[in-house]
Amino acid sequence: MAIRLGRGVAAINYPTGMNLGGDPTQALVHSTPTGNFMVTLSSVDLGQGMKQIMAQICAETIGVPTDRVVVDTADTDTGPHCMGTFASRGTHRAGNAVIQAAKEARQVMLEVAAEELEVNASDLETDGQGNILVKGAPQKSISIFDVALSAHFKRGRSISGRGMFLIPRSYPEKETGAMKPSTCYAHACTVAEVEVDDETGEVTVLTVKNIFEIGRALNPKMVEQQLVGGSWMGISHALYETTEPYYPNRDHGGTDFNQYLMPGPGDLAETEIIVLERPSADGPYGAKGPGEMCANPQIPAVANAVFDAVGVRIDTLPITPERILRALKAQAAN
Amino acid sequence: MAKVPVQFTLNGSEKAEFIDSGTTLLHALRDKIGDTSPKGGCHQGTCGACSVIIDGELRLSCLTLAETCNGAVITTTSGLSEGGVLHPLQHAFLDTFATQCGFCTPGMIMAAKVLLDHKPNPSRDEVVEALSGNICRCTGYEPIIQAVLHAARANSQNAA
Ligand code: FES
Ligand code: FES
Repeated sequence: MAIRLGRGVAAINYPTGMNLGGDPTQALVHSTPTGNFMVTLSSVDLGQGMKQIMAQICAETIGVPTDRVVVDTADTDTGPHCMGTFASRGTHRAGNAVIQAAKEARQVMLEVAAEELEVNASDLETDGQGNILVKGAPQKSISIFDVALSAHFKRGRSISGRGMFLIPRSYPEKETGAMKPSTCYAHACTVAEVEVDDETGEVTVLTVKNIFEIGRALNPKMVEQQLVGGSWMGISHALYETTEPYYPNRDHGGTDFNQYLMPGPGDLAETEIIVLERPSADGPYGAKGPGEMCANPQIPAVANAVFDAVGVRIDTLPITPERILRALKAQAAN
Repeated sequence: MAKVPVQFTLNGSEKAEFIDSGTTLLHALRDKIGDTSPKGGCHQGTCGACSVIIDGELRLSCLTLAETCNGAVITTTSGLSEGGVLHPLQHAFLDTFATQCGFCTPGMIMAAKVLLDHKPNPSRDEVVEALSGNICRCTGYEPIIQAVLHAARANSQNAA
């Protein structure tokens, strides 16, 4: 009876979004009379930072500071349609829709500015600070504040735009069954080191080293936050969490947080996160979806590490002491 | 059911309510008084989201009857900022990106505050111990541990 060390590796290829009946998200952008911009969405921020990212994307596209943008995700009944915030799709799908809407709004904004400055709209550019300048003659300029006032009270224009991003449904080819379930894939690789007590079946994760390829990190600190939390959640899925330990039998499922186990602050593995940025061709400013995929590679990595440690393949999650002991017993009997 | 009076100090101001006997402090704070900073995660003492500070002690408001709080001094996370200036712990949570959905955050901050009030320079193990009654779905805990250690460091620099 001994504590045995094991190391496991796993790599994953993870689609951004899904493709059942097509995968659309829509967005609307409009300016207030004082030149702030509203993004209206039905995509929900559940803590992953959707609002911040959409504000950055809108601001970058229109050419204003991020704090000039307000994102309203108030009501999925009345907002522009979104399939939802899941499958790592929010940044990619909603972000592309926001870019399209913001481009249209920007065009109207430049047209109004052109009328005010008596130049061609194509000769104008934004400085990112809230002003519109004539290219090559920056002394000739107008603030976006004044452009919005003019649009509302003088020129009768709505500085607004509509955005839509749709990944169309992909049907399998009749002959081969081949289909294109997604247009954009994130990647990750994890190496996990574990200790397995072959007497109790208990697994301790010592270190988790993760490398994530997530397209461009539009907000690097928030990406890191997702990945650190996701890595923890992957370990939690690998070793602890289940509502049906004897699936499909519901018996002995946890009914409260005393029984539904997750690693607490005292059970953390030493965790390393490395981000690789390979901008995606069809992502908003090169982004892919890092959200859900970041909790996946730890699971096979831990399963492989357990195999490396004690020579048993556990193919049912979570990898509980009971499952390990049963497998060790079966192994000894053979 | 007969109503009972209850009176306590909440974040520095006097509160008095008539409540049903048996009402939890969590319910009284959120639904009677309107302080929604304590969260109801489990209502049975297993998640820590409802944590508040009663007479300097960390307590679970879901397991505390409001009528036992007569004359008590209660602090919740919504009472920590002063004149729009965030408490150092709140700052630290922002700086270390220790909040995602935010549901656990007020409870974590209460637990951390009681720790730092008693022990301004805790070790990592002491921080872990202090947070061990609070659960978080989102962050993986490390950023929260870092937030508390940051706030402790900021405190000791201010004191020096
Ligand atoms: S709501 Fe009080 S501990 Fe969960
Ligand atoms: S931030 Fe979501 S539960 Fe902790």
